[in-house]
Amino acid sequence: MTSVGTGTAERNPWLTRATWRRILRDQPLIPLSGLLIALVIVLQLVQPGIVTASWAGVIVRQAVPLAILAGCQTLAMLTGGIDLSVGAVASMAAFVMATLVNGQGPVVAVLAGLGVALAAGVVTGVGIGVFKVHPLIMTLGMSLVVLGLVAVYQLAMVLSGVVIPDPILWLGSETSFGFLPNSLFLFVPLSAVIVLGLRRSGYGRLLFAVGDNAIAARLAGVRIWQVLIVLYTLSALLAAIAGFLIAGLNKTASPALVESAVLPSVAAAVIGGTSILGGRGGFAGTIVGALILTLLTTLLTTLNMPEAMRQVLFGAIIVVVAAAYTRVTGEA
Amino acid sequence: MSAATEALGRRRVGVGEAVTSWIRRSPWIVALIGLLVVFFAITKMLVPNYGAPGVQALGISILPNALAAVAQAIVVISGGIDLSVGSMMALTSVVSAVLMKGQSDIFAVGVVLGTLALGVLLGAINGALIVATRVPDIVVTLAMSFVWAGVALLIIHTPGGGAAPWLMETIRGPLVSEWIPRGLVVLAVLVGAIWIPLRRSNLGLSLFAIGSNRLAAFRSGVPVDRMKIVSYALTGLFSSLAGLALTANTGNASPVPGPYTLESIAAIVLGGVSLAGGRGGVVGPILAVAVLYLIRIDLQFIGINPNFGTVVQGVILIGVVMLGSFLALRRVRP
Amino acid sequence: MTTVGTELLLDARDISKRYGAVVALRSASLAVRPGEVHALMGANGAGKSTLVKILSGGVRADGGTISVRGRPYGAHSPAEARRGGVVSVYQEPALIPDLDVRSNLRLTATAVEPVRHWLAELGLPDLDVSSMVRDLPLASLRVIDLARALAIEPDVLMLDEITAALPANLTERVLEVVARHRGTERSIIFISHRLIEIGVVCDRATVLREGATVGVVDVGAGSDDRIVRLMLGEISRRAPAVAAGPAGAGARTPETAPRLTARGLSAATRLRDVSFDLYPGEVLGLVALEGQGQDELFDILAGSERPAGGELLVDGAHVSFHHPADAIRAGLVYVPADRAEALLMQRSVRENIALPFSGPVGAWGLINVRGERRKVDAAVRTLQIDTRAAAEVRRLSGGNQQKVTIARWVAGGVRTMLCFDPTRGIDIGTKQQIYQLLRELAAAGAAVLLYTSELKEIQLACDRAIVVFNGRVVAEIPALEADEPTLLRAAYDLKPDEAIPELAVGETA
Repeated sequence: MTSVGTGTAERNPWLTRATWRRILRDQPLIPLSGLLIALVIVLQLVQPGIVTASWAGVIVRQAVPLAILAGCQTLAMLTGGIDLSVGAVASMAAFVMATLVNGQGPVVAVLAGLGVALAAGVVTGVGIGVFKVHPLIMTLGMSLVVLGLVAVYQLAMVLSGVVIPDPILWLGSETSFGFLPNSLFLFVPLSAVIVLGLRRSGYGRLLFAVGDNAIAARLAGVRIWQVLIVLYTLSALLAAIAGFLIAGLNKTASPALVESAVLPSVAAAVIGGTSILGGRGGFAGTIVGALILTLLTTLLTTLNMPEAMRQVLFGAIIVVVAAAYTRVTGEA
Repeated sequence: MSAATEALGRRRVGVGEAVTSWIRRSPWIVALIGLLVVFFAITKMLVPNYGAPGVQALGISILPNALAAVAQAIVVISGGIDLSVGSMMALTSVVSAVLMKGQSDIFAVGVVLGTLALGVLLGAINGALIVATRVPDIVVTLAMSFVWAGVALLIIHTPGGGAAPWLMETIRGPLVSEWIPRGLVVLAVLVGAIWIPLRRSNLGLSLFAIGSNRLAAFRSGVPVDRMKIVSYALTGLFSSLAGLALTANTGNASPVPGPYTLESIAAIVLGGVSLAGGRGGVVGPILAVAVLYLIRIDLQFIGINPNFGTVVQGVILIGVVMLGSFLALRRVRP
Repeated sequence: MTTVGTELLLDARDISKRYGAVVALRSASLAVRPGEVHALMGANGAGKSTLVKILSGGVRADGGTISVRGRPYGAHSPAEARRGGVVSVYQEPALIPDLDVRSNLRLTATAVEPVRHWLAELGLPDLDVSSMVRDLPLASLRVIDLARALAIEPDVLMLDEITAALPANLTERVLEVVARHRGTERSIIFISHRLIEIGVVCDRATVLREGATVGVVDVGAGSDDRIVRLMLGEISRRAPAVAAGPAGAGARTPETAPRLTARGLSAATRLRDVSFDLYPGEVLGLVALEGQGQDELFDILAGSERPAGGELLVDGAHVSFHHPADAIRAGLVYVPADRAEALLMQRSVRENIALPFSGPVGAWGLINVRGERRKVDAAVRTLQIDTRAAAEVRRLSGGNQQKVTIARWVAGGVRTMLCFDPTRGIDIGTKQQIYQLLRELAAAGAAVLLYTSELKEIQLACDRAIVVFNGRVVAEIPALEADEPTLLRAAYDLKPDEAIPELAVGETA
């Protein structure tokens, strides 16, 4: 156990369970990408000719908002938390934005959407970081508060219509060169920042540190409450961006726009190899996880499986994958 | 003078010793009863003719929520948390309604018993998965909430099924006096028949033990893994009772889970159950459900948007947990 | 009933146990006769607690055999151990905080009346069994736990530091009750650091060292000395490894200002009144038996806890720490004994060493990878960390892990280092490297405070030592005079000129 154990790997590079475990533990992207490709092949076999460039564009366009929401979960889960308020916050940001376009213009509307998300995020972060409320409870409670407030706001704004501004429509639902979803113009730089930030920024290091061992982080001089407030604020802002994209994709906004994406966002992060116990994971895996879930949904739709079956499968996959990760990472 | 009052106080202790010791032991429940009285008074002020029909409505409306809160309370006391309570309610409600539709009363009795057994099974599966995989409770039950809700949707797409008339009558209407809703009587009977004997048994002690301090429980000879499964099975049992209450209440079943999981967590937190496990009971959460219900209808009566009810609920949920952690911090500091 | 073959009540032979790479027990044996109070002795890390856990069903042994009353014995849980006739009283009472005492007794299927009887015998006759465990003081809980174990009437009762946390009057009653077991059908395994108690109540003592039984001593005149000698092993008689040690202290001129000054520090529990000066350029040793307040002292110095009283000065200026970050900014860095408290086990060596750099909000931006690597590599070289398994710290050996926790602070430059038993449970070679490093840090002008549970480290690494007993500094000893017997006497609060009473008897006899 002391040595890294390269010996066994050299002798029997592919067949040992230990090797597989090590790959799953250290390089989850490899098996995940394999799964992704397998799903594409299955889809092609089930419905020959379905896999085209424009089809890929559709898949990516659907996967991008989910990947961003799953990014919120990834960041929160790295610290050992979870953010179940992303659905409510994303819906709120999109709805506030869409209702203000007519009166205030698109720029103010977008800023207002980000602003309300920011406020919600700060409140969540203070509750978790300063008042030490469990993230699950805090974010559940915040989603109740946000949902209620948005419903009240909806009645107050009953006269102004819901308008999705053109740039958001362009980003959310249009493509360039016939197949390239425009959301990638936002998503690629955004994910580059997140992936790089997690690896190469001091703050990214602290997210891992807090989740791996909060006591050690504190003893090393990290003020954990600061990390958590910033974390849940960032998470809310990311959720708002995802909300805008979904509004652009659906060409409408409502107070319940994103609610159904909360569990898939957790699922994508878990499948992508981020541990809910904290300290382990990353955004690259999460993106693949979001793609896998989107493909799975498409596959089930292609097979005429009912929506319910998708729910059952999602739930089962989360348990199985989480159990697998727990097994391979549980041993030193 | 102080000596006189002291003497008086001493005599009073002699008279109502049981009551005072109970009050001392359960300040939280006393506070909740006070809160409940306050909200009844507010309701009465808002709607002067609020009376027996209002209480009847309360009895019927809170039954599913109260049973869900009891379900959640049991698992949280045992050191877990179950995010699939609402989904288990939907699934058991759907199963009972589909099987009962158009069948005889006798058959319906069998369906009710079968539904309860199903609830125990669902809960035991949750618990066994947690014990076997060592994946945190939150993740497993969150995932299973989708599985159970999905299975419910596979059975029926839209609200349907039916309920035996006797089942519906059991929870509807008054009993003896118009001020005593049958729903509350059923609740009292269920809690009295299941929870109170359980709590006094060694099994109940073991549930509190694993929630309070797992290591001390293990060293005291409690089979901690088995007890964890038992706690989830009991949560499943009460979730199925709550599901049956839904069926009986509406006469059919909806495959889409209501907001019961969230409400159950809000209720147990407000009801004095410690999220860290080991502390609390089921009476507090039931009272909390009634308080939350009154808050909602009071807001309606004032004419405030009912959606503020959700806001209030969220604020209460967060506020009570904050208060709890604040008090816990104070207690640690001497 | 008692035949020659089954003379022993409990017979554990050649017990071994490994935790991953760490060998906790190599070959531990323990033979307990009926009706004896048998002491189990050993320094920290000797394997006592592992042996106790194996006997009480907490963990499984890797090898060896155990029998109780001649029957093979192997418990998977405390419940099974109890059925096999073995009951333990742990240092943390096995009582459920949220249940009252009566429910706790019911949970363990123990009748109330015998427990009441034993509570009265143990000095708590008025205890209300309907009180919540949470509301009772620790001392009462330990007595309740003991009373419950006595009421169960096991063949073998294991008491782990049963008198710790007890006030004097209760200690006396407990020892009296324990002593009463001598000559009965039942036996007690008595684990304690207090030699005086061993002498009072025990018949024999088994001594463990480095995971193996090194001797069994009949307790009596002169046995304390033998026990201590067995616990310490061959006392290394070689001169302090670093000759510069005492010289460093000598180089201190009267006008040197102390780096760190503690005046009358106290905490809510155990730490009562500790004052000392720590000078730049010295390694100050701190010696104490377990639980004399040293944990609280280090928590305060590291900024984890606030003191209940007293004051702290750094470079002559008053400081008050609200967070470890405050202590770090004041130049006080902390190396805990428990690596699990200091390390991000799933992260790399580099991230662990660089962790303090990212703490301040100003350092949350992009990391200067090259600069970081330079600092980290320098620290890795200084400490000679084996980086073959650098991707995850938990795969490193204990010694290398400890080096990483030290490297973290070396990389940033050390002014004052607080080391709490940094060599606990690590191999001898790494220990030498760590002493060497502490000396080098001091030579470069840093101030080092070193608490150690291994007395011989004082002469190897320190310039002088202070001894803490019962929350107070009871002695200050220059390194040259700080040999193990001297330190041990001081740690038991026996004045240097007064010999341990029993020991004196043994010498004259």
